[in-house]
Amino acid sequence: MTQTTLFDNGAVDVLTFDLDGEVFAIEATLVQEVVDKAPETAVPGAPAFVNAVINFRGRIIPLADLRLAFSLDARDTSLDSRIIVIAHEIEGETTLIGLRADKVYEVTTLNEAATEAPPRIGLRWRQDFIHCLAKRDEDIIVVPDLSAIFAARGQSTVGVVHPLHVPSTH
Amino acid sequence: MTPIDPVEIFRVEAQELLEQIEQGLLDLSHTPGDKELVAAVFRALHTLKGSGAMFGFDALAGFTHHCETAFDRVRKGEVQATPDLVAAVLNAMDHMRSLAEGRPCDAHVGEALLAELERVVAAAGGSQTSSVRANDPAGAVPVGVGGADTDAAPRLKTWHVVFTLAEDVLVNGTRPLPMLDELRALGDCHIRALTDAVPPIEALTPTNCHLGWDVLLTTDRPLSAIEDVFMFVVDDMALEITEVKGDDAVDVQAPAETVSPLVASATQAAAQVAPDLDIAAAAANGDAKTARADASVRVPAQRLDELMDRVGELVIAQSRLKQIAAASQDMNLRSVAEEIEHLASELRDSMMSVRMVPVAQLFSRFRRLIHDLCRDTGKEIELITEGETTELDKTVIERLADPLIHLIRNSADHGLETPEERLAAGKPAAGRIILAARQAGAEVVITVKDDGRGVNRDRVRAKAEENGLLAPGAVISDPELLQMIFQPGFSTAAKITSLSGRGVGMDVVKRTIEGLRGSLELTSPAGEGSEVALRIPLTLAIIDGLLVRVGTGRYVIPLSAVEECLELTAEQDVRSTGRSVLTLRDQLVPFLRLRSMFNTKAPPDVYQKIVVVSTGGERVGLVVDQILGDHQTVIKPLSVFHAEVGAFSGATILGDGGVALILDVGHLTSEAAQHSPAPLRAAS
Repeated sequence: MTQTTLFDNGAVDVLTFDLDGEVFAIEATLVQEVVDKAPETAVPGAPAFVNAVINFRGRIIPLADLRLAFSLDARDTSLDSRIIVIAHEIEGETTLIGLRADKVYEVTTLNEAATEAPPRIGLRWRQDFIHCLAKRDEDIIVVPDLSAIFAARGQSTVGVVHPLHVPSTH
Repeated sequence: MTPIDPVEIFRVEAQELLEQIEQGLLDLSHTPGDKELVAAVFRALHTLKGSGAMFGFDALAGFTHHCETAFDRVRKGEVQATPDLVAAVLNAMDHMRSLAEGRPCDAHVGEALLAELERVVAAAGGSQTSSVRANDPAGAVPVGVGGADTDAAPRLKTWHVVFTLAEDVLVNGTRPLPMLDELRALGDCHIRALTDAVPPIEALTPTNCHLGWDVLLTTDRPLSAIEDVFMFVVDDMALEITEVKGDDAVDVQAPAETVSPLVASATQAAAQVAPDLDIAAAAANGDAKTARADASVRVPAQRLDELMDRVGELVIAQSRLKQIAAASQDMNLRSVAEEIEHLASELRDSMMSVRMVPVAQLFSRFRRLIHDLCRDTGKEIELITEGETTELDKTVIERLADPLIHLIRNSADHGLETPEERLAAGKPAAGRIILAARQAGAEVVITVKDDGRGVNRDRVRAKAEENGLLAPGAVISDPELLQMIFQPGFSTAAKITSLSGRGVGMDVVKRTIEGLRGSLELTSPAGEGSEVALRIPLTLAIIDGLLVRVGTGRYVIPLSAVEECLELTAEQDVRSTGRSVLTLRDQLVPFLRLRSMFNTKAPPDVYQKIVVVSTGGERVGLVVDQILGDHQTVIKPLSVFHAEVGAFSGATILGDGGVALILDVGHLTSEAAQHSPAPLRAAS
């Protein structure tokens, strides 16, 4: 997902979802399916960012937690919790990945005009993890750069290997 | 289902033929006088030429024709199959391979190869022209020696051509009518059918060719032009060409005129039948070639993989059914579930055996490699293969080729000494590389062994220190030192050669083998050569597993690695704290508490169980909460995110739709060998 391909004609359809109260958006064409819940299998020894796998239609796919990449609090699974299954290219192979979401909102259109690059200062997140920020009504929608996040295995701090649980920074 | 591309079929066939030719030539270099081998190579060349022309690979057909011609002289005993000749034909064969694969080829390359071949043939058995002349007085010139003809002046000559085709020639798609047309095109032609061999109507097989032809041809073209007409069928036919002098031609002329139209229509009818023939008819024909085709079916590997996937899904569905049946009181359901379990397991086994191919297929490729290595290194190398009938999964075989090539090159390049050095060391001049395969349980062990100088410890140590893999002066055991060879970026070759020693070798070999869930071991008693043993699981797709529970997580242990299951008694439990070793029939076996490794939070079961597993001679006990039973495990890969988690080699889907991780026993044992297994990070 790069600047040139995301906004083809100045606008892009995205799926918006909630992570610990923040609104995120990912390109709708990446989304394969939104799953209510699936029995998770923990993978001991795996990075906390991808600590489990699920059975998605006979395929075993990793479950990634974007909240860790943005140092957000992991909430307990609720009735609203969903898993968004996306197809994303990782190291040259198209891989199915499940993304945890606290709530899934809707598919909507983002206009390039309403977006801006992440500010260099004053951001509590890794700048390279954010593709752009979009303003809609009073909200700010975060469009994450999934390629960068997956490549960094969701490490929210550069160069620091995280302990068991990522402490909340706010 | 994709339509089958005829060109692709030809390529597959060509590949097989080229392999036959290569094997034949390599055999021939050992037993130069073997007539059967020569004939086999000749036949393969001939078929290659024929099918090449049929599928429009004209360059290939033309090039092969010349090689065939040269080789025909070997077949006739006019030329000896010298090593030079074998080498020249091998080189030519490589060119044929490029042509068959449709790679762009420089025509000059082909010309140069042919020139070389011609030179070698001439050196091996006198000049071509002289031998053709030598045959001339006999009247009948050998068929197949085309090309250089002695005929200089283009003057009219009359030839008497008598030929009968093989009975089944129509089945193979050959049509006599165009041949006759071709003869007609050469010059004034009188054709008479020989109907003597046509059986009475009740015994007549309409698809067979019972006719022969007697042709009187007057032409200014050389003899070779006539022979070229029969280029593709010459092996299976009776052909006699004699030059006619004087008036005796007139006798044949009259009857020929009257019969020929009839012959033409008869052959036309027969030829029209030929394309409609199905395989059944061809098999009924009793021809050796078609009988073979009947016995085996060629299937694209991709379809086999698809089928394997379906079988895998069936096995998963079946284990779900088993679970439901077990919870139900319905006896009918239970018996059906049991029956389906049997069927699924049988289906799995036969599917597996379909995918199995003998390692001979793999080993035979290395003979050429050895041949080239002998030439490049100036060493004498003898390749001995053992256990070629051992079978392995097709995918595994394919992925083993590169690592084995590397190991053999290493043996040839680093291991084996030059003949002079060997003689000085009291060894026979020719070095030996033994390539052996055998089955051991659910594994196949492939060993590459040489009788060379063995691994030079001092050099390994120096190199490891130089590359920072080993602290200078550090004390390590001999096996550990040998293991250094498999470290990334290690290369012992004093100088880099084209064969090995690029420094990317052994660690890549190790990775590939581990990628196949196998392991490798290097042993090398100093001065007595070295041996690398690869242990490879029989298949990649489905394994028998033992399902266990640790906390809330379920895990599969490959059953092939399981030795026994026992209870961890309270006494052992207490005693073992701190050293994690139990005594099993007077042997100390280290054990790992999977609960602490996996950081399990759920309370432990009262009676902990130990599953004793072994790989490569090492035994280790794995402490689990519960043993759930055996499980047909369809192995699914984990994503790249979990590739670094060494403890698991894959995952599988259980009957209830949940996921169980498959334990990598090799990794766990090496972990246990370090005695103090560090707990893995928490799962959640």
